[in-house]
Amino acid sequence: MAKITYIEHSGAQHVVDVETGLTVMEGAIRNLVPGIDADCGGACACATCHVYVDPDWMARTGERESMEESMLDFAGDVRDNSRLSCQIKVSEALDGLIVRLPEQQG
Amino acid sequence: MTVGTVIIGAGQAGLSAAEALRKRGYAGPVTLLGDEAAPPYQRPPLSKGYLSGELPAERLWLKPEAYFDAASITLRTGVRASALDRAGRRVLTHEGEAIAYEHLILATGGAARRLSLPGADLPGVHVLRSLAEADALSDALSGARRLAIIGAGYIGLEVAASARKRGLEVSVLEAADRPMARTASPLLGGWFGALHRGYGVDLRVSTGVAAITGADRADGVRLADGERVEADLVLIAAGLVPGTQLAEAAGLDCADGILVDTHARTSDPDIFAIGDVARFDSDLYGRSIRLESVQNAIEQGRAAAAAICGAPADYDPVPWFWSDQYDRKLQIAGLIEGADAMVRRGDPELGAFALFHFQDGVLIACEAVNSAPEFMTAQRLIAARARPDPDRLRDTTVAMRAFLS
Ligand SMILES: Cc1cc2nc3c(=O)[nH]c(=O)nc-3n(C[C@H](O)[C@H](O)[C@H](O)COP(=O)(O)OP(=O)(O)OC[C@H]3O[C@@H](n4cnc5c(N)ncnc54)[C@H](O)[C@@H]3O)c2cc1C
Ligand code: FES
Repeated sequence: MAKITYIEHSGAQHVVDVETGLTVMEGAIRNLVPGIDADCGGACACATCHVYVDPDWMARTGERESMEESMLDFAGDVRDNSRLSCQIKVSEALDGLIVRLPEQQG
Repeated sequence: MTVGTVIIGAGQAGLSAAEALRKRGYAGPVTLLGDEAAPPYQRPPLSKGYLSGELPAERLWLKPEAYFDAASITLRTGVRASALDRAGRRVLTHEGEAIAYEHLILATGGAARRLSLPGADLPGVHVLRSLAEADALSDALSGARRLAIIGAGYIGLEVAASARKRGLEVSVLEAADRPMARTASPLLGGWFGALHRGYGVDLRVSTGVAAITGADRADGVRLADGERVEADLVLIAAGLVPGTQLAEAAGLDCADGILVDTHARTSDPDIFAIGDVARFDSDLYGRSIRLESVQNAIEQGRAAAAAICGAPADYDPVPWFWSDQYDRKLQIAGLIEGADAMVRRGDPELGAFALFHFQDGVLIACEAVNSAPEFMTAQRLIAARARPDPDRLRDTTVAMRAFLS
């Protein structure tokens, strides 16, 4: 389990426990966190699961892979800390992770 | 009290419509009827990660159980609609119940096509559309050594890749002269064919199947030329038959799909149809199309919800689709039918390339293998009916972004 805080664009916070082995995207869907559409279900094919990783956590969430990098390139309002949440695997090391959601997906 | 919206088919499209109704503030009851036992789930992994064993079933669910209460959507699984009473605005179920509607959405998807081959009904012959079918196939793969797949479309090839990962010997038998002949260009189909052969798949094109052999269980396939291919089980991967039965029996206009307008409305103004089962006029392609993709299921579901909420918007998508085979990700934007020119970008030998297809100079489709920027850019260019310069497209030193300005 890892505790993850999802902060909606409006500022609304969702603090939830996510099973290790799932992705940060799945953690949102399973806990009814709005704002992550995840149209392709995690296949890294749609870029509708974009999040901003809290700067303090960037090192621990790891590097973007090249497919993710290219998909992100075309998402809206991409920043240095942008990630596709379906490509971040939850592990104990991510206990306490904070991610923010963009204004709109897709 | 209003009787609300009833949705038949609790799959990708039906769920999307239900969710979109609530997101738009629809106040009436929403009832989602599904004849499968499982809650709404993703089908794409059934031939990919779920079949290869990397993904457990519980990761297929599109929503957690708590979602339906929270969104006040009445999900009723294991309930089959057996007829529509349009005059009385009721759905009749297999169990004899009548469910009243103000608006009705047909999201019935379809069933895997079965072939009328001798032996096609033998035990050991599989098809793949539903989770139950995926489970049956997966169980059968566990005890098997050799799998024969009839049909080299996306599902046939994805299953071939997953079965190779599980260590089976795999033969794929395709009647056309190349894989993915219905939807992909010859170059792409040929390239995927070579990929599969490289992974040890016995892929045979221009190969007709005469019969599935076996006395009381399938034990192979007899080809049109008389040769026999031995197998412990056979998968028929011959496409989808759209689930139009309810609509046809109720007198709605159908022609390889339920005919709908750009608001997903059928010939009955209170009834909508969405997803794999719906055929609509594409302004972008100037013909009627029926799409079988997650994107279409989601977006057409949203279009029906918008129309029901009194905010109709024309649905005219740039179709897109993906397929994962081995470590290759194929992404296709647009439809290639009608293309008269092609431009290649990148080197197929190196495993990452994109094929751009034009009609009268207008970009109409892009097939991208491990080339997301090409795919993403093409989606926008196709929507804009753009005419990108073929020479610049071919030139990999010109970044894809440059075509968007
Ligand atoms: C193995 C496989 C792999 C795929 N891979 C991809 C991919 O990589 N990318 C992609 O974009 N798409 C893929 N697809 C296609 C995608 O899954 C479909 O386009 C999508 O599921 C269509 O959604 P739908 O809601 O229209 O139909 P479905 O998801 O089929 O849902 C229809 C539901 O309605 C139910 N139903 C039918 N009749 C009745 C009735 N009378 N009463 C009650 N319920 C009824 C059915 O049982 C079913 O549950 C794949 C499909 C399969 C089978
Ligand atoms: S869910 Fe589609 S890219 Fe993450």
